[in-house]
Amino acid sequence: MTELYRGVWVVAYRELLTFVSDRTRIAASLAFPILFLVIFGAGFGGIVGQMAGGLDLLTFMYPGIVAQAVLITSLFAGVSVVSDRESGFLREILVAPLSRTGIVLGKAIGAATVAMLQVLMLLVLAPIIGVRLDAGMVLQLVPIVLVLSFVLAGIGILIASFAPTQQGFQLFMQMLVFPMIFLAGVFFPVDSVPVWMQFLSKINPATYGVDSIRHVFLGSGPAGAGLGVSLLGHTMTLVEEVVLIGVLGVVFLGAAAWRFRRQE
Amino acid sequence: MIEVHDLRRTWGDIAAVDGVTFEVTEGEVFGFLGPNGAGKTTTINMLCTLLRPSAGTATVNGFGIVEQRSDVRRSIGLVFQQTTLDDALSAEQNLRFHAYAYGVPADARETRLRELLTLVELWDRRSDRVRTFSGGMKRRLEIARGLLHHPRVLFLDEPTLGLDPQTRRRIWEYLGDLRAREGLTIFMTTHYMDEAEQCDRIAVIDRGEIVALDTPARLKGAVGGDVVTINTPDREAAATELRARFGLEPVIADDAISFQVQGGEAFLPDFVRSFGRPIYAIGLRRPTLDDVFVHLTGREIRDAGSENGSATPVGGRSR
Repeated sequence: MTELYRGVWVVAYRELLTFVSDRTRIAASLAFPILFLVIFGAGFGGIVGQMAGGLDLLTFMYPGIVAQAVLITSLFAGVSVVSDRESGFLREILVAPLSRTGIVLGKAIGAATVAMLQVLMLLVLAPIIGVRLDAGMVLQLVPIVLVLSFVLAGIGILIASFAPTQQGFQLFMQMLVFPMIFLAGVFFPVDSVPVWMQFLSKINPATYGVDSIRHVFLGSGPAGAGLGVSLLGHTMTLVEEVVLIGVLGVVFLGAAAWRFRRQE
Repeated sequence: MIEVHDLRRTWGDIAAVDGVTFEVTEGEVFGFLGPNGAGKTTTINMLCTLLRPSAGTATVNGFGIVEQRSDVRRSIGLVFQQTTLDDALSAEQNLRFHAYAYGVPADARETRLRELLTLVELWDRRSDRVRTFSGGMKRRLEIARGLLHHPRVLFLDEPTLGLDPQTRRRIWEYLGDLRAREGLTIFMTTHYMDEAEQCDRIAVIDRGEIVALDTPARLKGAVGGDVVTINTPDREAAATELRARFGLEPVIADDAISFQVQGGEAFLPDFVRSFGRPIYAIGLRRPTLDDVFVHLTGREIRDAGSENGSATPVGGRSR
């Protein structure tokens, strides 16, 4: 048990240490969402005008952009596994008296903490864009960001456990990340696209993350106005979405831990 | 301290380690000598619990390498062939990570950290990122890190691979120091002969099997005297003559013939006078571990790796 606990905190601590000592990464991780917000908001805002429920596009997009930051950072947990393998540091971790499950959880918790820090930084933008923000909303965001981050970190680490090289992995991740962001309903409501695309959106765990963060910022109004996500004809509530993400998180992290335990 | 019995590791039909048996006693410096691909790293990986053996048993510090992996890991220090440091962190941060991971108590940690960093002469560089370190500095840092949690056994896999001779000498000084201070048992692999000379005992490994195990002096003694190397035009014919007239056992290697004789200095003048063929060059020296390897396997250690096609490219997977 101590090996599980120690594995978790040691690995998470180092992920955090690596993040805070890399200023380029901090800057890049913030620049990306802001770029999206400015370019897409300005580019499409004029064309789209007002959306259902009296929302403008920027307000609709903002929660999605927050979710997108979580998505990229959390999948990065996988990148860090692959780069650790290439630098050799993974061996130092694997040969230490730490449980493999603890190591995987530590990576995920490290990624979730970094994602949380980024979300907090992005929240500064809310008043500028005109999105209402209060302390209660921040408190609601914390658990959502954490569970969303766990499931995505689980996916990232699981993929990383199959990837032999960093180049191959990054190529694959790029092929995965962009469709995941676009299909998650960051830029348009999921229920208003063709059926084949809806199918892809609804098997994308990030979709529920985006929608639950939107629930927090915009209330259940947009969902009622047809901008939410429905699954098998049922419009998802905030709690249902968080539970769904949580279950997926357990599945993916479990699979990643299983892969790690099998490796020698 | 280490007991290994008939340990094997196979990948499909290929036996990387084909049943090795040996013991390492406490405080000993034990070397595994052999060419690339002989099975040195595979053996070390099994002893360090990173690789499950296909068959056989082994204990390290009394703990079974399969059943008590955690206990084994806690009682050993490791320095791998390739560096395993986090370049983005400082020397100190790398050591602290290690201390946390091995559960070194907080009150002992900082003293130990300072002591080891001072020993390997990196105390002044402790807050610099490892990225800025030279190969020799990284290796010294890894040795310090491997000892941080007071292991009983230190495993070194090709500890000075790719380092210049001066750095290699320094690293041996540190190891000698540490051994005297902490009563460490050291298990190392190498294919450098001068490095193998530093060991108390050496196991010569070739193609997954131990072909000899003894002290360097006794191994060299077994070669059978001084080594004479001659360069002559028709090597086959010369070898035949050496066998027939002098009762020697010549080995044809590279571009010369070598053989062993007792009392080389006295032998040479007579030999040169009575040998019926031209001699371009002649050399006499005391036997080295290189000769031991040639004597045991009929091949030179440098050639052996590439000959069986398993020489490892830089950064590649080695076993």
